[in-house]
Amino acid sequence: MLGLVRCILGFSLIIFIANTATASDRKFNLGQIASSEEVAGWDIDVRPDGFGAPIGSGTAFSGEEIYAEVCAACHGDFGEGADRWPPLVGGEGSLASHDPEKTTTSYWPFASTIFDYIYRAMPYGEAQSLSYDETYEIVAYLLYMGDIIEEDFVLSDKNIGEIEMPNKDGFLLPDPRPDIMNTHGNPCMTNCQVSTNIIGKARDIDVTPEDE
Amino acid sequence: MKKNKKKELSTFKKINRRDLIIGASSIGAFSLTPKKLLSEEANPENLPPNLPEWTQYLGDGVDVNPYGMPSEFEGHVIRRNVEWLTASAESSVNFTPLQDLEGIVTPNGLCFERHHGGVSVINPQDFRLMINGLVDREMIFTLDDLKRFPQTNKFYFLECAANGGMEWRGSQLNGCQYTFGMVHNVQYTGVKLSDLLLETGLKEKAKWVLAEGSDSSGMTRSIPIEKILDDCIIAWAMNGEALRPEQGYPARLVVPGWEGNMWVKWIRRLEFGDKPYMTREETSKYTDLLTSGKARMFTWVMDAKSVITSPSPEKPILAKGLHQLRGLAWSGRGKIKRVDVSIDGGKNWKTAQLHSPVLSKSLTRFTLPFEWNGEELLLQSRAIDETNYVQPTISELQKIRGVNSIYHNNSIATWLVSKNGKVDNVRLG
Repeated sequence: MLGLVRCILGFSLIIFIANTATASDRKFNLGQIASSEEVAGWDIDVRPDGFGAPIGSGTAFSGEEIYAEVCAACHGDFGEGADRWPPLVGGEGSLASHDPEKTTTSYWPFASTIFDYIYRAMPYGEAQSLSYDETYEIVAYLLYMGDIIEEDFVLSDKNIGEIEMPNKDGFLLPDPRPDIMNTHGNPCMTNCQVSTNIIGKARDIDVTPEDE
Repeated sequence: MKKNKKKELSTFKKINRRDLIIGASSIGAFSLTPKKLLSEEANPENLPPNLPEWTQYLGDGVDVNPYGMPSEFEGHVIRRNVEWLTASAESSVNFTPLQDLEGIVTPNGLCFERHHGGVSVINPQDFRLMINGLVDREMIFTLDDLKRFPQTNKFYFLECAANGGMEWRGSQLNGCQYTFGMVHNVQYTGVKLSDLLLETGLKEKAKWVLAEGSDSSGMTRSIPIEKILDDCIIAWAMNGEALRPEQGYPARLVVPGWEGNMWVKWIRRLEFGDKPYMTREETSKYTDLLTSGKARMFTWVMDAKSVITSPSPEKPILAKGLHQLRGLAWSGRGKIKRVDVSIDGGKNWKTAQLHSPVLSKSLTRFTLPFEWNGEELLLQSRAIDETNYVQPTISELQKIRGVNSIYHNNSIATWLVSKNGKVDNVRLG
C-alpha cells in the first residue's frame, strides 16, 4: 500500500508503537515490530472501495501497447484468449446460458480485483514486474474492450473504487447451504424409489488419461 | 541338484540387484512402468516349497536409504494429473490415489497438488510472516518465532472445492482418483492463530483477514475473523515432518473444514481489515454459478461426502467370494456419524463399519464385507455427518444449483461392477 492514506496510517502507527508497545502488552514476547517500510513493500492488495490502490494512472489508449507486449501472447490481441489460456473479455449475457463465459468484464464484480490480480500475478511467470501506471493502463484497456469506460478515461487510484462493473449485483450472499436437508439424518434404507437406469458412462466419453 | 539350484538363484539375484540400483536412482523410472511391475505373475521359484532369494542372501544395509521410499512394487501408487484440464502444469492440479490408500492418513508424497504459479522454493531462513492492518502492533515473525509459540497437532482433511467438478453434467472421468482425489488428510503441527494474535493484538474493527501467499501467484483469500479465531492454524509440519515444498514449505495456513483454496501455502502475510478484499480467487473463481446467472459467493464449508475406494474403476474385482468394500467419508461441519452402502444403485442400503479414530473435519475410514458371485452391482456410498446432513444425489444438487457450479459437488457417485469384475464410473437417471 503506497497510497497516501496508507502512508499516513503507517506514520501514525509508528507514533502509536513508540507510545504504547511495551513487552508487557505481549503475551509471549516473540517476533519483531514491522516497520512501515517493510509493510509497504509487501502490502500490495487493493480493495473494492479503492483502499490500498497505489498512486498511479493510465488510459486504454496508452494501454493498448503494453497489453500487446505482455498480455496478448496468451490472452489474444482483443482479450479473446489463445489455446487454453482464458479469454479476458466477452461473454456478456452468457451467464444464465448453458455455456457461460466468465470474463473480467462479463463476470468479475469489481475493477479493483482486476488491478490487484494483474499487479500481483501477471504477466504469468513474471509476477510484480509491471509498474503501477502500466497496471492501470492494462486494466483501463480491458475495461475499454468491455465497453465499461471510454478510451481516454484516466483510470487511477482516485477512481478505481468507483468503476461500476456490469455484474456487480451478480453474487448471492450469504451461503444458503446446507441447501439439501430432505431427510434430516434418516434417509430411506429399503425399497427406495430411485431410478437405476444407466444414462451415462465415463468410459464412453473417453477422456480419462491412461497409464503408459 | 541343490548346488545347481543355488547357482540359478544367485544369477537371479544379480539381475534383480541391478534392477534395484537402476530403480533406486530414479523414481521416475518406477512411475513410467507401474503396469509392468504390477502385471508380473508370481515367480514359482519363490513359492513353497522353494526358497526365495531374499530368504538366503543379504539385502540392503542401513546406509543405502537415508530417506526411505515405498517398495518399488508400489510404483503405481502415484499422483496423476489430467493434461487437458489446464493450459500449464504450473497452474494446475493433480490427484491423490485414494484407491490405493488405507486408513485415514495420506502419505505426504501422495497429497494432491494444486498450484497457481508452480512450487515456490524457500529457504526457511528467508521465511517471514507479516501481520498488518487492524492490529495493535504490525509484526513480523520468523519460522523459529512461530515454533516457540504453544503448539497444536490436529488431523484435518483438505479438499479442493472443485473436487468432482468435472462430473456435474455426467460421468466424465473413469477413476476414483480423478473424480475424488482432490482431497488429502494429514496431521498438522503449528500455532493456532488465536495464540499468534495475542502477540499482535486485534483492533475492534477487524472483521476480515486477507491471507496472502509468497508464491508467484500471490494467492490471496479473505477469511472472516470468527473462523480465524476458532480453529485456523499456521502449520509448519505435516505427518510428523516439515511441510513438503508442494504443500507450502516452510509454512501454510490451515482452515479446517473449508475449501482448500483458502489454505494459503507459502504464507507471507495476514492483513486484518473491516471488509472482505474480494480477491480474484473469491470472485471470478470459487463462486458457484446457478442457472439464474447469479452466483453464490463465500461458499466456504465442504459438505459431507464419501467415496468407495475399492472396488472402484482402478480396483476391479478379481475373484468371486468374499471382499472388503473400502471407502472414505468426510465433512467440513464436524464428525462423520454414519456411512451407508448400496450395491443396487440406491434401492437398499446397509450401514458400513466406521473405523476409529473418527475425528472432526478429518477423513474417516469405512469398510463393509460383501460376497461377489459374478453378478452386476451398482455401488454407492452415502455419508451422514453429526449435523444429520445426508450426502445428496447429483440430481438433488442439480435441481437447486444447475450444472454450471463447478464447485462443491459432494454428490453420491455410482460404480458399476460388470459381470467380468471391471468397474465403471456411471450416471444413473
